Amino acid sequence: MTETSDAEATRPIRVLVGKPGLDGHDRGAKVVARALRDAGMEVIYTGLHQTPEEIVEAALQEDVDVVGLSILSGAHNTLVPRVLELLRQQGMEDVRVMVGGIVPEEDAAELRRLGVVAVFGPGTETEEIVRFTRSCARGA
Amino acid sequence: MSLGKDILQGDRRALARALTLVENQMPEADEIVREVFGHTGRAIVVGITGAPGVGKSTLVDRLTGHFLSLGRQVGVLAVDPSSPFSGGALLGDRVRMEGRGSVVFMRSLAARGHLGGLARATPRAIQLLEAAGKDLILLETVGAGQSEVDVMGYADTTVVVVVPGLGDDVQAFKAGILEIGDVFVVNKADRPGADQTMRELRQMLSLGPRKAWQPPVLAAKAQSGEGIEEIAAAVLQHKDSAERNPEVGTRHVREAERFLRQALADQLVAHAVARAKAAGRWESLVEDVARRRKDPVWAAKELEGGEERE
Ligand code: B12
Ligand SMILES: Nc1nc2c(ncn2[C@@H]2O[C@H](COP(=O)(O)OP(=O)(O)OP(=O)(O)O)[C@@H](O)[C@H]2O)c(=O)[nH]1
Ligand SMILES: [Mg+2]
Repeated sequence: MTETSDAEATRPIRVLVGKPGLDGHDRGAKVVARALRDAGMEVIYTGLHQTPEEIVEAALQEDVDVVGLSILSGAHNTLVPRVLELLRQQGMEDVRVMVGGIVPEEDAAELRRLGVVAVFGPGTETEEIVRFTRSCARGA
Repeated sequence: MSLGKDILQGDRRALARALTLVENQMPEADEIVREVFGHTGRAIVVGITGAPGVGKSTLVDRLTGHFLSLGRQVGVLAVDPSSPFSGGALLGDRVRMEGRGSVVFMRSLAARGHLGGLARATPRAIQLLEAAGKDLILLETVGAGQSEVDVMGYADTTVVVVVPGLGDDVQAFKAGILEIGDVFVVNKADRPGADQTMRELRQMLSLGPRKAWQPPVLAAKAQSGEGIEEIAAAVLQHKDSAERNPEVGTRHVREAERFLRQALADQLVAHAVARAKAAGRWESLVEDVARRRKDPVWAAKELEGGEERE
């Protein structure tokens, strides 16, 4: 048995996939949640219309390694910094935050500067997302 | 710094971390449970079970709201199945929960291959929530069929949820799920056929032996919040009845011996395996069983006998 499969069996990666804000596009979030599950992770799906406060409280209670935010509404510039700030307030800087959806490149660069580990746009292969999630959760 | 003390002081992050240690069966978990065990056993544990999609999570959300209004400290554990292929799990019960901030502590547990409708970590997860001050714990099982009946061993009161219009209702009320219910809820009563389902259910229950506690059959529309007060009242009545009637019995009596047996079994097995490995006998015995040269019971007896001779 290899190192990773052993860790996977006894200490599965926990990921929260949330949709902050009022945006109702949930296909991408569901596709990603499924792909991560099929890669052996435990995925907490919070559903639509979550406030940043709700997402961070859920991340705290579920003790996740990674928070994934799916935003296609254009509100990422307010929602994502708020989530990062709340995580900091809770002392949860060790939790990785990744973002997916419709985010223009200049905004993505700013989000990364603020601490987001990656931003994934339309058409990203789920294999890439799985690989990235695993490496940033285990490498933490 | 000790996680156990932090939990007793109501630190939610410490509680969340300890739950992970317990789920992952890390050695630190034993220490934490030892530290807090004296503060456990105080909550009313309400199990919510029933087939997939009957409305368990919606009901848990509404009951949470109701018990909060009664001044209860509510904790929620929701178990979902793990994929037998990948080991991963999609834990979606939070979707039905209204955001209540940090007032309610909810944790989603993956079953991780454990059968019976709950996760292996369930009893310890309950204890940690109790240590953190929760006095009413709602425990949602995986969408259960007929054999996922473990919940009755862990809950003070088991609520079995069914919905109208399952076709052949008798099929849905097969033994097992019928026997474990302390309270029955016919949810989605806004749908046609609820009255008939209630009648049939009552009739099936009346066929059984008369017991000190007769499980009520209640209608609910969890989505719109109707029938919630009645369910909560029945749960509290059942708890009272259990305390007054040794025949009904509280979960503490049921679980104490099981906890001890489980802990003992875990320790004895770990000890025996370690000794066999140290003596260089483990690998060859596994090989013998794999090649069908010995059956597992015989192999285990040989191991035990071998230890006696030492
Ligand atoms: C399908 C769709 C809809 C459907 C949504 C159905 C549903 N339940 O999801 C419907 C018809 C309902 C809809 C409605 C609207 N839509 Co629309 N919609 C789309 C469309 C065509 C495709 C989105 C989609 O599902 N893609 C498939 C999934 C798999 O891809 P994805 O979400 O991008 O996810 C991938 C990545 O982004 C990433 N990812 C996504 N989430 C996450 C999360 C994590 C954790 C990670 C790691 C990665 C990740 O990985 C995924 C896999 O590669 C897009 C255009 C487009 N090409 O993106 C517009 C689009 C998103 N919609 C748009 C708009 C404006 C609307 C409406 C406001 C239209 C209107 N005026 O009424 C409404 C608003 C609805 C609402 N309540 O929010 C705009 C948004 C513009 C913006 N943000 O600036 C878009 C971009 C179209 C456009 N070019 O104008 N829409
Ligand atoms: N019509 C109707 N629908 C309801 C009612 N209660 C819940 N539902 C719906 O039933 C669906 C399933 O509800 P959940 O609460 O997720 O059911 P569950 O039993 O927890 O499901 P699993 O956890 O997947 O087994 C949702 O779409 C709910 O909105 C009700 O009283 N009436
Ligand atoms: Mg559910």
